[in-house]
Amino acid sequence: MNNLALIAILLIVMALAYQVGLTRSRTVATDGVRLHSRPGYYGMLVALWCGLPAFALLLLWSLAGTSLVELLVVRQLPPEIATLGERELSTFLRRVSALAADRAVSGTPSETELAAAAHMASLQTLGRMITIAAMAVAAVAGLVLARGRISPQLRARNQVERVITIALALCSGVAILTTVGIVLSMVGEAMNFFRFISPAEFFFGTTWNPRFSTSGDTGQGEFGLLPLLWGTLMVSAIALLVAVPLGLMTAIYMAEYAPAWLRNVAKPVIEVLAGIPTIVYGFFALIVIGPFLSDLGDLVGISIRTTSALTAGLVMGIMIIPFVSSLSDDIITQVPKALRDGALGLGATKSETIRQVVLPAALPGIVGAFLLAASRAIGETMIVVLAAGNNPVLHANPFEAVSTITVTIVNQLTGDMDFASPQSLVAFALGLTLFVITLGLNVIALVVVRRYRQQYE
Amino acid sequence: MNMATSTPVPTGLGESRTSKASDRIKMQARDVKVYYGDNEALHGVDVDIFENEVVAFIGPSGCGKSTFLRCLNRMNDTIPGCRVEGDVTLEGQDIYAPSLDVVLLRAQVGIVFQKPNPFPKTIYENIAYGPRLHGLARRRAELDDIVEGSLRKAGLWDEVKDRLDQPGTGLSGGQQQRLCIARTIAVQPEVILMDEPCSALDPIATAKIEQLIDELSESYTIIMVTHNMQQAARVADRTAFFHMGDLVEVDSTDKIFTNPGDQRTHDYITGRFG
Amino acid sequence: MTTDTLTIEERSRQRLATIEASLAGRHARERRFRRMGLGAVVTGMGLVLILFISILMRGVPAFWQATFYLDVHFDPEVIQVDEKPVRESGESASAFRERELAWMSRVGLVNWQQIIDEALKAELGEIEARQTRDLRALITSGERHALRDRFIEDPSLLGETVRLKMLASANVDVWLKGNIDRSLPDRQQQLSAQTREWADELYARGVITNAFSTALFLNTDSRSSLASAGLAGAFMGSLFMMLVVIVLSVPIGVASAIYLEEFAPKNRITDLIEININNLAAVPSIVFGLLGAAIFIGYLGLPLSAPLVGGLVLTLMTLPTIIIATRASLRSIPGSIRQAALGIGASRVQTVFHHVLPLALPGILTGSILGVAQALGETAPLLLIGMNAFVANVPGTPLEQSTALPVQIYLWQGNELRNFFEARTSAAIIVLLGLMLSLNALAIWLRKRFETRW
Repeated sequence: MNNLALIAILLIVMALAYQVGLTRSRTVATDGVRLHSRPGYYGMLVALWCGLPAFALLLLWSLAGTSLVELLVVRQLPPEIATLGERELSTFLRRVSALAADRAVSGTPSETELAAAAHMASLQTLGRMITIAAMAVAAVAGLVLARGRISPQLRARNQVERVITIALALCSGVAILTTVGIVLSMVGEAMNFFRFISPAEFFFGTTWNPRFSTSGDTGQGEFGLLPLLWGTLMVSAIALLVAVPLGLMTAIYMAEYAPAWLRNVAKPVIEVLAGIPTIVYGFFALIVIGPFLSDLGDLVGISIRTTSALTAGLVMGIMIIPFVSSLSDDIITQVPKALRDGALGLGATKSETIRQVVLPAALPGIVGAFLLAASRAIGETMIVVLAAGNNPVLHANPFEAVSTITVTIVNQLTGDMDFASPQSLVAFALGLTLFVITLGLNVIALVVVRRYRQQYE
Repeated sequence: MNMATSTPVPTGLGESRTSKASDRIKMQARDVKVYYGDNEALHGVDVDIFENEVVAFIGPSGCGKSTFLRCLNRMNDTIPGCRVEGDVTLEGQDIYAPSLDVVLLRAQVGIVFQKPNPFPKTIYENIAYGPRLHGLARRRAELDDIVEGSLRKAGLWDEVKDRLDQPGTGLSGGQQQRLCIARTIAVQPEVILMDEPCSALDPIATAKIEQLIDELSESYTIIMVTHNMQQAARVADRTAFFHMGDLVEVDSTDKIFTNPGDQRTHDYITGRFG
Repeated sequence: MTTDTLTIEERSRQRLATIEASLAGRHARERRFRRMGLGAVVTGMGLVLILFISILMRGVPAFWQATFYLDVHFDPEVIQVDEKPVRESGESASAFRERELAWMSRVGLVNWQQIIDEALKAELGEIEARQTRDLRALITSGERHALRDRFIEDPSLLGETVRLKMLASANVDVWLKGNIDRSLPDRQQQLSAQTREWADELYARGVITNAFSTALFLNTDSRSSLASAGLAGAFMGSLFMMLVVIVLSVPIGVASAIYLEEFAPKNRITDLIEININNLAAVPSIVFGLLGAAIFIGYLGLPLSAPLVGGLVLTLMTLPTIIIATRASLRSIPGSIRQAALGIGASRVQTVFHHVLPLALPGILTGSILGVAQALGETAPLLLIGMNAFVANVPGTPLEQSTALPVQIYLWQGNELRNFFEARTSAAIIVLLGLMLSLNALAIWLRKRFETRW
């Protein structure tokens, strides 16, 4: 019986429990006594009492069952295997659990393995039976208990609502859990990486060459972050140079000059543009912008590579325009009309009003928007994967290929995933760097924008 | 300059005008109608404003007095869907003529708003903004003079002279409003429009502004909207009563408050509605 | 104050003159500024227009593909197999299945290529033996499997001659569409001179036509038979992921938004959650991919390349978007509604679920759809959890290996046969954009349709 079926049965039982609660509450209420809550709430209360403990047991078994079984299996193992190293033991256990689940393993399984697998399978079955039995007991006990508690004075609604509120609160904990998960996984794996490569070597190294070096005697590649960081910054800077003026001017035009019909058409269009997948922009960079820039370079006598920092930056800029413009638009329209009227009333022209009064007033908000845009550019992946050329070398020529942090993460972590080699683990160190940079930018941006909002509320 | 005084003044040039006011017509409105979209907010207003007088517009809220005030320096242009018909002249010049430059008009007819709206700049920059905009000061010293003069006229100099480099938004409400008045007079307009300048202020600040208006009327024509009848009685030479988009009557303030010509005016000032 | 000898009137006139003198320049600056604004809008829109046009121009022709209409003779001489087994009475299902599979593998051993060759020869006349290679370059290799499957489906075809649709090879498609420079010397052409000549001849005779490519939609990706590579597998993968995203992120997102907006006390912890959610919304998507790789695959041991894992990663990524949109929607419901409900004795939970939530529903739906659309187009995190593996089957469950639409685009753009796959990739992009734009349009329509101004 798999978990889905168990949950389905549990739901059916809960529906029955609801009926039991409903009927019981009506019986209690017959002799002219007024119930505290509507009968439905008594039903729900009984259903919750019946279902939740059983569900918790199922969850417990799903989470802890495997480790428990493994622990018991290891105890029964012959000493020569039980004393194996951590890695060998985990390989052994993986093979055993595959055998226990009737899956094929490479090579012929040994006698010990087969014995352990049989032991494991029996333990699993046993554990499962116990869980199901416990669930049944819990469900019935909960039902009986809750049914017995039903009385006109029982505040069923309050209790049900309490459960609902707690459930809602737990859901909002998922967001926290995500952040914790990000931080823990990044930091944990990055620490593993730093066991191979010292942090100083990583953060200040100027060479990126993760392959096993053939000449050196260290047997390790070189993992210098700086070329990647430099490439990231170069591409992002080009993107911002494109996106900020265009996006800001678009926002100004939309907020201050555009007639209402144009605004009504352009706003959703800009919103949709912001949603175009970045892979599409990347492809566009690769087949249109790259060749175009290369031809243009030939025309004026500069050598521009088809995939270069310029190509990637330019297209990334195009991608960020809608983002910058809708953020700035929101901020510009938040500047109170009274300020505009003040300047106009003095005889300022519209552009004077915008440049000398509106923009300075909106500056903190706009700076916040730019920081968000920068963080977006730094974290952007697909455009640079396709159009930046993947050349992790320190150089200052935007017409040459570069590589970025995100590109390298993709390169290092696709293909075989081996969580034991620095070649894979470096992706997490890079991810951590990326996360910290963007987090910093976001936090500053949020604080700036928030302060700006308060100024005009 | 075309002195368009040949047409008879339709309403309200009473004998009780104070000595400050001259007979010269500064602004004139004829059959002014204002539409918001399809909705007619003003149904044809005729009024003359004389040089160096203080005129108060009173009336219940929504009667069109602020709308009309904003017509006089075309601030209504900034409201989408707002349309003005009829003639408004300044010194005989049609201010709605296509050839007229709104920038120039607003340099001549300044405006102070209901809520103080200092720019988020320093006090000095707030005042210097207008003169700089219009190129009225060639040297820094000249600008300093204008700033000091305007602040003195607005009665704010002594309070802020030591902190001219601090943001204008840090002042109290009454000070902010006087800062806005100083900002307006720094451009040396001929007419100052005031749209309920004291409605956001406490009584003490209000008294200061009223005193200021009195002093400014020496050299400026002032048109103010107020829904405070006592205020109109205290500061205005003449008072105009608006009701539901009509200018009901305009006359010397004394006459309006003691012996109005129209029943509606009477009802309003005696508190029947409003 | 300066003691000026000029009269007030003269001073005023002088002042006006000064202002008037500056006006021309100021108005010129105004016009320039305005033109700059318009210029920015036009540039931005123009660039996006170029993007759309260049993708449409490349992609739309790829919806039609060079296709053969051939009379195929299921020659009993070549197809020498016994009758398709029929289940006998008393035979167990598994035994029958075994016999059937054995028969199928025998059918698979038939030289189907020869059947196709014969059909082509019927059109072109007899050819020399050394030209066989040139002949086989005409039709994509996947068609012989299609022929086999057709026969397995319907063994009565034996001995019959049927008119069949067969996809030309990718190179023939490229050649006929002019996607390769026809004047290139022989060495640089993908096809031999003989094959090119035949292709042109058959095209002129109408044996090859440019027919709507159902393969693009119905087939899975293919490495050997490029012309029949399609999006079906990627589409199913994306569909499974979106189901996971919808099932998980919408309820959790809405629930946490309700909690934060309606129930949470204003304190340090909720403030932290709020900042945290805003931050998560701006965390680069690739970081979520790393999270997925480390936690779901590395720690929990979920399978690589599975839509379930992709869906989980995208769920976490979409969650902040949905929470923020839902909160904005809840916040726009005026307090008077809540007070009215509370005033007649509803509890807070009842107020929220009976009154506030229904009113906020359009906004919540819009936000959710936009979030899902965003997840649909996401590529980078999927690369890190192995969804860029080559998968030749349509996944049947969210746990099977699969790829996704945007990842398929990524894979195709990297294919070496650029002439063919540039168009194919563009076509895939059109499909993806079509899906996303319809989702967006739905969201915008919902918002317009149910928009309430309070």
